[in-house]
Amino acid sequence: MSTETEPRVEQEPLDVFDPRLTRFDIMREGARREGIEIVHYEAQYPPNSRAERRMTRIVASFFLLTGVAATAFLLIYSFGPWEYELGSNPSKLYTPLLGLTLGVALLGIGFGILTWGKKLLPREIAIQDRHDGPSATEERKITGETMIYIAEELGLKRRKALGFAALLGLAPVGAVAVAPLVGGLIKDPVEDRILFRTGWDPANNNGRRVRVTRENGTPIRPEDVSVGGQLTVFPGIPGGATNEHADSPTLLIHLRPDDAKKTRDTLKPVNQGSMWENFVAYSKICTHAGCPASLYEQQTNRLLCPCHQSQFLITDNARPIFGPATRSLPMLPITVDEEGFFVATSDYKVAVGPAFWERP
Amino acid sequence: MKRRKIDVRALPAKSAGALDDRFQAATPLRSLLNKVFPDHWSFLLGEIALFSFIVLLLTGTFLTFFYEPSLHTVTYDGSYTPLRGRHMSAAYASSLDLSFDVRGGLVMRQMHHWAALTFMAAIVVHMFRIFFTGAFRKPRETNWIIGSLLFWIGFLAGFTGYSLPDDALSGTGLRIASAIMLSIPVIGSWVTTSIFDGEFPGHIIMGRFYIAHVLLIPGILLALITVHVGLVFKQKHTQWPGPGRTEHNVVGERMFPRYAIKQGGFFMIVFGVIALMGGLLQINPIWLFGPYEAFTVSAASQPDWYVMFLDGSTRLFPAWEIRFDLFGWGDGYTIPPIFWPTVVLPGILTMLPMAYPFIEARLTKDKKAHNLLQRPRDVPARTALGAMAIMFWLVLTLSGGNDVIADKFHISLNAMTWAGRIGLLILPPIAYYVTYRICLGLQQHDREVLAHGVETGIIKRLPDGRFIEVHQPLAPVDEHGHGELEYAGWVVPKKMNRLGALGPAIKGFFYPIEKPAEAPVSPGHPPVSPVEPAQPARREEISQ
Ligand code: HEM
Ligand code: FES
Repeated sequence: MSTETEPRVEQEPLDVFDPRLTRFDIMREGARREGIEIVHYEAQYPPNSRAERRMTRIVASFFLLTGVAATAFLLIYSFGPWEYELGSNPSKLYTPLLGLTLGVALLGIGFGILTWGKKLLPREIAIQDRHDGPSATEERKITGETMIYIAEELGLKRRKALGFAALLGLAPVGAVAVAPLVGGLIKDPVEDRILFRTGWDPANNNGRRVRVTRENGTPIRPEDVSVGGQLTVFPGIPGGATNEHADSPTLLIHLRPDDAKKTRDTLKPVNQGSMWENFVAYSKICTHAGCPASLYEQQTNRLLCPCHQSQFLITDNARPIFGPATRSLPMLPITVDEEGFFVATSDYKVAVGPAFWERP
Repeated sequence: MKRRKIDVRALPAKSAGALDDRFQAATPLRSLLNKVFPDHWSFLLGEIALFSFIVLLLTGTFLTFFYEPSLHTVTYDGSYTPLRGRHMSAAYASSLDLSFDVRGGLVMRQMHHWAALTFMAAIVVHMFRIFFTGAFRKPRETNWIIGSLLFWIGFLAGFTGYSLPDDALSGTGLRIASAIMLSIPVIGSWVTTSIFDGEFPGHIIMGRFYIAHVLLIPGILLALITVHVGLVFKQKHTQWPGPGRTEHNVVGERMFPRYAIKQGGFFMIVFGVIALMGGLLQINPIWLFGPYEAFTVSAASQPDWYVMFLDGSTRLFPAWEIRFDLFGWGDGYTIPPIFWPTVVLPGILTMLPMAYPFIEARLTKDKKAHNLLQRPRDVPARTALGAMAIMFWLVLTLSGGNDVIADKFHISLNAMTWAGRIGLLILPPIAYYVTYRICLGLQQHDREVLAHGVETGIIKRLPDGRFIEVHQPLAPVDEHGHGELEYAGWVVPKKMNRLGALGPAIKGFFYPIEKPAEAPVSPGHPPVSPVEPAQPARREEISQ
């Protein structure tokens, strides 16, 4: 403790009932008893000086500003055009004006109080003793011994069997607390192979092959997709185009003849027989993290995923050629049924979407 | 019957007396009123986080009255005409209603979002302050750990909140989150199906995220913040070195009235700024994104800024996947590439900072408690390490938006990805080196001024024709004209108008004016002492 800055620290405690003391003296004495020395305390302006009156006016006007802004807020809130209308019209100003008036009202209080505190209250410098460091050795000793004594009183050392019994008895209780949470939440991903199946599984369609449909459920004929064109398609089952089957969106592409040949020549064994003439269908769910890989670049025959920029080469099994994805987009085996509509001959042959531990 | 007169003026004293009879409050209350707080602008950063959190609680509670956490499909028929008739989840529809059909709902939604962004920003900048000034050292390691946890739990709060509206962006984010969970070896698929109750998205996830977002996470945050602030109270705030300031005292203002009233004003200002932003700056216009559908994504989709570094790490990490056979057991196994940048990296980024105070103390063999802060320049190794970490984070964050940058500046995306990969490896060490040199340079300049004095700008011609600049020594000099001041760990005045009568004078009120150097002053305006500074030797420095 620096004694120079606290020359009065040795002083006798004041008698706070001494009638000659001012209120400030008593406050200062109180602080001193907390180990706080107020070494500097000074009003910023002489009382009633012009400067002080000016400051008071400033603080007051901040508060009045708040009143005005808050009133404006209430008026706008109550009578403003709050209902949304298309196009540019006064309703577009409703939210900005609310924010503006509310903001100004709050800032008015804020700056008012801040100025009050900073300018109208006396400046001070006080020094407080930290009283840091560890507790006194004696204190430590007493508390430590007390705790050891309590432990000994429990007698676990002497009565070993009691300790074991308590442990054995209480451990299952702990598990009981956790069990409902785990048991309620847990859901087996393996049993139904849900991660390997999609809406294209004929099991979703009473064992019949699933039709390839548009978002609105209408089936698709080969003529509907022009050469070089592509279409996002969904399994033709109830809810097939909803997030219920978030793993099923597929991109149906009508390749140009030379691209189709290139594609057919490079087909991996798993994809053999999955194309239909010059049509190929790839899962739209990126194998990296599951975004829709939906930006189709016709010139380069690439599919680009907007999330982390993986690129897949359409003419080579949708193999990843750039970015963080490691696996090809799975190919949906398609054909055309007797009525001339596209159907999936089976579900995807490998799991779609991002990889996971049990994925071969 | 005689009516007893109530003496109104005696009422406060009487009720105070009555309260003290029951709670013995006088002594503890006085020690609270009188508690001394040191002041410096950088001590306000933590407060901004606290105040934004309060705004989050207020606005968030308003939102709960209208938001519906459900993925059931409904047909929208609210005021926003472009989406009328569209099928969407009840969650998205209720968020649209909050924006268009609840009077004043949009300003609340936007304030909530801006408050979340401010909250996270304030936490991060506050952590920088703690780190670079060494405020995390003994005895404050616990609060440093709590602070790191607050960042990550705030991150979860932001992520769950961002997911609630179920618009195209948040649904995409949620799907990526499910892929991240899936990527965890051995338990990944179990974790994911358990959380989503089946395959993504399932039916129940909004309900679960909702209760996490409005009850569990805010509850944990509130508890941690309480402990955090409680520890600051108990351990007392650190302070900058300066005349009169030692390891064993706190120099500042008592909490009441001035300090508290300034804090109150500051809260209102933070609140007001968030209200202004909430009204004037559009944020997360979910109606433009449309409902989440698994097959659509808007281009240039960006998460909130505090998530972007993970997006960046995911983009930069090479396509390395591990596939192997477990002795013919099962069909073979996979560790997907996103496991490393989105599970392992955040894991390291959580654990390493938490261990840092102990690592540093061990390397520097420093077991002492510290209550005085260090200037970043005085601990070049730590400062450089911090700069390196910030650079690492910056490269990742920028890479999180590399498609936007590539598009704006017509750079190829592939080039951006490679620039990010290479930058991530070489820029941080460069940042380390440069920062280290800057710190040493600043230190040297301080020592120079202490030895030779302040440059006055006055050029003098010597009898032999040489020109020299006149220096104003800061203290009496020895026979070589060198000052004898020791560095005190605080700002060295480097301009003439920081000196002498031009500097802010210390007027003693209770102490004689003749001894200004001993009166502690605001750290921004150190006085220049004609003798040795008050407490140079009390500072313990970490030896480098
Ligand atoms: C503690 C930190 C918190 C953070 C970082 C946070 C963050 C967020 C974010 C980023 C959103 C998306 C906002 C948007 O629609 O643009 C959100 C939504 C929401 N938050 Fe919070 N929040 C927090 C606390 C709370 C609390 C305490 C409550 C309620 C008690 C709450 C209730 C809500 C609700 C109901 C929504 C959905 C609003 C909508 O869909 O439009 N939040 N939150
Ligand atoms: S999700 Fe497609 S690249 Fe990451």
